[in-house]
Amino acid sequence: MAAAAEIPPGGRRIVTLEGRSIGVFNIGGEFFALRNVCPHQGGPLCQGVLSGFVVPGTPGEYRYLRRGEILRCPWHGWEFDIRTGQSYLDPARTRVHTYPVELVAGPYVAETYPVMVEGDVVVVQV
Amino acid sequence: MATLVKTGLVDCDIHNYPASNARLRPYLAERWRRHMERFGARSRHGLAEGYPYPKSAPQAARVDAWPPDGGPPGSSLAFMRQQLLDPLGTSFGVLNCLHAGASQVDAELGAALCSAVNDWQVAEWLEPEPRLRASIVIPFDSGDLSAAEIDRVAEHPGFVQALMLVRTLEPIGRRRYWPVYEACERNGLPVGIHFGGYSGHPVSSSGWPSYYLEDHTSMAMAFQAQLVSLVFEGVFERFPDLQVVCIEGGVAWLPPLVWRMDRLFHEMHDEVPELHRLPSEYVREHVWLTTQPVEEPDRPEQLIQVFERIGQDRLLFATDYPHWDYDDPARAFPAPLPDGLREQVYRANAMALYGLPKL
Amino acid sequence: MIDCDVRAATPPVSALHEYLDGYWHDTVVERGVRSIEPSYELPGTGARVPGLPPDASLAVVNPISAIEALHSEDLAAALARGLNEWLRARWLDADPRLRGSITVAPQSTELAVAEIDRLAGEGRFVQVLMPLRGQHPLGRRLYWPIYEACVRHGLALAVRAGGNIGSAITPVGWPSHLVEDHATQSQAFQSQVMSLLLEGVFHRLPRLKVVLIGSGVTWLPSLCWRLDKNWKGIRREVPWVERPPSEVVRSCVRLTVRPFDAPQDAFAEVLAQLGSESMLLYSGGDEPVPEVDYDENARQTYSRLRD
Repeated sequence: MAAAAEIPPGGRRIVTLEGRSIGVFNIGGEFFALRNVCPHQGGPLCQGVLSGFVVPGTPGEYRYLRRGEILRCPWHGWEFDIRTGQSYLDPARTRVHTYPVELVAGPYVAETYPVMVEGDVVVVQV
Repeated sequence: MATLVKTGLVDCDIHNYPASNARLRPYLAERWRRHMERFGARSRHGLAEGYPYPKSAPQAARVDAWPPDGGPPGSSLAFMRQQLLDPLGTSFGVLNCLHAGASQVDAELGAALCSAVNDWQVAEWLEPEPRLRASIVIPFDSGDLSAAEIDRVAEHPGFVQALMLVRTLEPIGRRRYWPVYEACERNGLPVGIHFGGYSGHPVSSSGWPSYYLEDHTSMAMAFQAQLVSLVFEGVFERFPDLQVVCIEGGVAWLPPLVWRMDRLFHEMHDEVPELHRLPSEYVREHVWLTTQPVEEPDRPEQLIQVFERIGQDRLLFATDYPHWDYDDPARAFPAPLPDGLREQVYRANAMALYGLPKL
Repeated sequence: MIDCDVRAATPPVSALHEYLDGYWHDTVVERGVRSIEPSYELPGTGARVPGLPPDASLAVVNPISAIEALHSEDLAAALARGLNEWLRARWLDADPRLRGSITVAPQSTELAVAEIDRLAGEGRFVQVLMPLRGQHPLGRRLYWPIYEACVRHGLALAVRAGGNIGSAITPVGWPSHLVEDHATQSQAFQSQVMSLLLEGVFHRLPRLKVVLIGSGVTWLPSLCWRLDKNWKGIRREVPWVERPPSEVVRSCVRLTVRPFDAPQDAFAEVLAQLGSESMLLYSGGDEPVPEVDYDENARQTYSRLRD
């Protein structure tokens, strides 16, 4: 749906495909696509802030990973992993000293679409 | 987006804001223009710009609510029409401008800024957009200056209430604020009490909390304290026609507070002999609440229980556009509202309270 | 029934004289310090005669005082110590079924910890009292050594109604009437629960039980709903809060059941909204309260009652 060069690493593009608004994100050369609707109250999810993941730890400790890979809904700020669409609503139930590399699935999931790069063109399968 | 009620939504809390203080200059006397340049605006906290509890997003706004023309959220009527009024099928929206003029430590400056804001609202919002109404912005901690401003502009049909913030220098039942209620009664306007403000007191009853999350949540506690004051200071005895609207405080805290006030009234009513009725009765007859930010219990029917305890005719839908804790009318309530309740919350209650014309 | 809130009326300072050392004894006499009775209670509040309430098998005695109101850390700590010794001698020694609460002066964390450590060996003390309204929200890190001392010694932390350190007792200033003072205390309890939770006290000290004394109870569900919602969007500010606030509250917070701010027809609704029957502790009185297993809740809350 777009030339890969139009979406540089760290960038995004919101497009309409088959009547659906979809955001395509480039994280370090890999592409991911999410439906542009937040499962909470329907906000335009893909317009949200790209941020990192703050790991649960001890009070006063702010361990910060995966910068640019977490999408925060522009309305209420809910956090979604761009790679999987999973929300971080139910953080890990594991104990404080182990923190997940993958986010534990919360009950809310943003719709994702497979993305392929064919030559220099990004293709989203809707 | 489909409209929810037959003839359109009434949104009881929308925030307009001047793109910059320079936009108010045409409405300000020269003396105050110079004052602003030299001394700036000063609220009861230490920062010249920004907030002691920084918000979770710039201007506490939805990230998608910044107008394309470059102003802050709420500064563009055109964008507000495009993003909010038109798609939601809004038939009326009430503007509550949260300008710092209302909270100035220098009361005279505050009064001048509030007058400028009100004149700006008339010229640039109410006149061009018939769907909009507005609150009269007042320097609320100064009762006499506030009454003067209310009297000055209340005749304009676009103004539907006077606006105070929930964090005030004293509890708002105290006599400092009685001139505001007199002026509201005199002009047939409700008084709106809105989330926000710097009272000069720590934001909890026990000192200053650390986090914005606490600052935001503790607004509900401020609303509760203010209702306690209005009831027990006898404001509703003294001003029997006054209607009070709690705006952007949420709703679920009200039934337990009312139960608590009734119990304490039974125990200590001889301290307040001017009260002739139960607190619950005063609240039932004088207090309204906007629903946003609506609480989200685990079990959706619990919210309906809360609505029923409060009284279905006292609830007013609001989006709080453009703030981040915005309630979308189609999705905000976890359970779909029963039909009669839907019509009341989204439209009929506000029509009655604000005397809005039927289309 | 285990009654978790027998309120002992404030003794006059003269009753504490025998428990004060030479300097403090002479100080309070020479400077006319006669009272630590609070201005935020109706005069005459509390029981004057030590003893077990008629419907109780065991009772926790909470002395009423305005210890937080004095600004000198050392004076306040000395009077707190005197009050604790007075409670032990006059109440706890009067009946073996009585248990007590340690009063600390929150003005100095260090001196408060010293007092807790001093009294910890007295098995009849089951909890440490902090005032509802003080200088700082209770979750703030400066108070953590007090909570660590509680956990170290198997004591609960109790937040007792009232408190006044000379600043406005509500976030919107000074209400005119005592009835308003009391009506606004439920809001103060809300702030304190929020502070303890969001500052991470429950994360750091998961075994700490916090008992809210005389809070009114029914304000809690709406607070939890609002906190759960806000936390979902602003979690990043307090990343150590890794479970929904309502869950943490149910694990760590307990409340004495009286006063219970709801009519009887709302009891079932409120219990459902609380989401747990384990949070309620019995306190005596005439007004109806929900029926739950109060004694089991008390034993789960107070480790020293299990020994």
